[in-house]
Amino acid sequence: MTSLSLWLTLLCIGAMTYAIRLSFITFFGKIEMPPLLLRTLRFVPVSVLSAIIFPALFLNANRLNLTLSNARLIAGILAALVAWRTKNVLLTIIVGMAGLWLLQLVVR
Amino acid sequence: MAGSVGLLCRVMVGVISACATYDMTNDHCELYIRYDKAMTTRHAEFVLGIKAELPILLGTIPFGLIYGVVARSAGIPALVVQAMSLIVLAGSAQFVAAQLIGAGVPAGIIILTAVIINLRHALYSASVAPYLKRLNSGWKMLLAYLLTDEAYAVAITHYAQGGNGTRKHWYFFGAGLTLWTSWQASTAVGILLGAQVPASWSLDFTLPLTFIALVVPSLKGRASVAAAATAGVVAVLAADLPLRLGLVVAALIGIGIGIGIEPWDRKRASTSEDKAQVVTHTLSTNESPEITPPGRTGKEAL
Repeated sequence: MTSLSLWLTLLCIGAMTYAIRLSFITFFGKIEMPPLLLRTLRFVPVSVLSAIIFPALFLNANRLNLTLSNARLIAGILAALVAWRTKNVLLTIIVGMAGLWLLQLVVR
Repeated sequence: MAGSVGLLCRVMVGVISACATYDMTNDHCELYIRYDKAMTTRHAEFVLGIKAELPILLGTIPFGLIYGVVARSAGIPALVVQAMSLIVLAGSAQFVAAQLIGAGVPAGIIILTAVIINLRHALYSASVAPYLKRLNSGWKMLLAYLLTDEAYAVAITHYAQGGNGTRKHWYFFGAGLTLWTSWQASTAVGILLGAQVPASWSLDFTLPLTFIALVVPSLKGRASVAAAATAGVVAVLAADLPLRLGLVVAALIGIGIGIGIEPWDRKRASTSEDKAQVVTHTLSTNESPEITPPGRTGKEAL
């Protein structure tokens, strides 16, 4: 990506993010949100993030890997268990990374 | 409930330190109203906001560091990496955008993906809007810029506690500014470290890990579990689609499944349970603020 298009991409993301953040703060009481849109928003984060998580765990070099040699999958499941039990972001990241490093040592 | 206990402790620490401030500035005591009302002054609100935000930095500073490292290793110039933290100010979206830029994905898809990830801020905006309606547009623009997951979580809890709310925007500002400062600084340190971190450390894996940490605790009810599982499986199956369109397709299908299943969830949960959930959501957002919108709509949370 060229330097110019990189900056334009960045400015677009920034401007749209800011518009999203400012939206209701500015228009509160002036417009009514359709209920379906609000229901849709509720599922946006879990769906988008899961669509990023699953390929990162299940695909190794664009190939589906469901074996024990897939260190990322095992470390990811470990991290998910920690997240489920503790709800602690930092602990989840630490356990997941430690798990991945240990497994990579074992596999190689 | 652990979240609310932690919050309570933070508020108590804040109260104690506000009292200490009161003692130390005796010669300016006319600025402060007596006893606990000292908290209602601008300065005290601002300081309380900073103090409430501090514990959260434990999670966001490493995040900013890793963002700086990952973005640099994706080949993005240092200036752009830092500018992204200034202009976008949204961790997850910055992570994803940096990785997509590194993977050579077209700009349109990167923008779309980042904006989809940041759509949740519309919920935050709706949720804080009633409290900010009396402020002038300068304040509104400033606080909208600082409306991150972490600042929102702290500010909305303070607003929801009731009491005199006329100066609570200073609290919001204190929390938001604290997060902003730590985010810029940790990004800068990450940029400096960037070149020294080898790829074999697999630091890119912190991105899915962070998202796991945010998604898993928010999976409450069949609808959200189904939405997450569907989106994930479709994303794996559709990974070969060009321009990373698989991500968008998978997310849309996941959202559709979630909306379709939601009525069954709603039947099981009574209205009172819903309201209780709103409160715990608001209070527990310190650890996992991204995916726990307060109730079905921002307005209902009030």
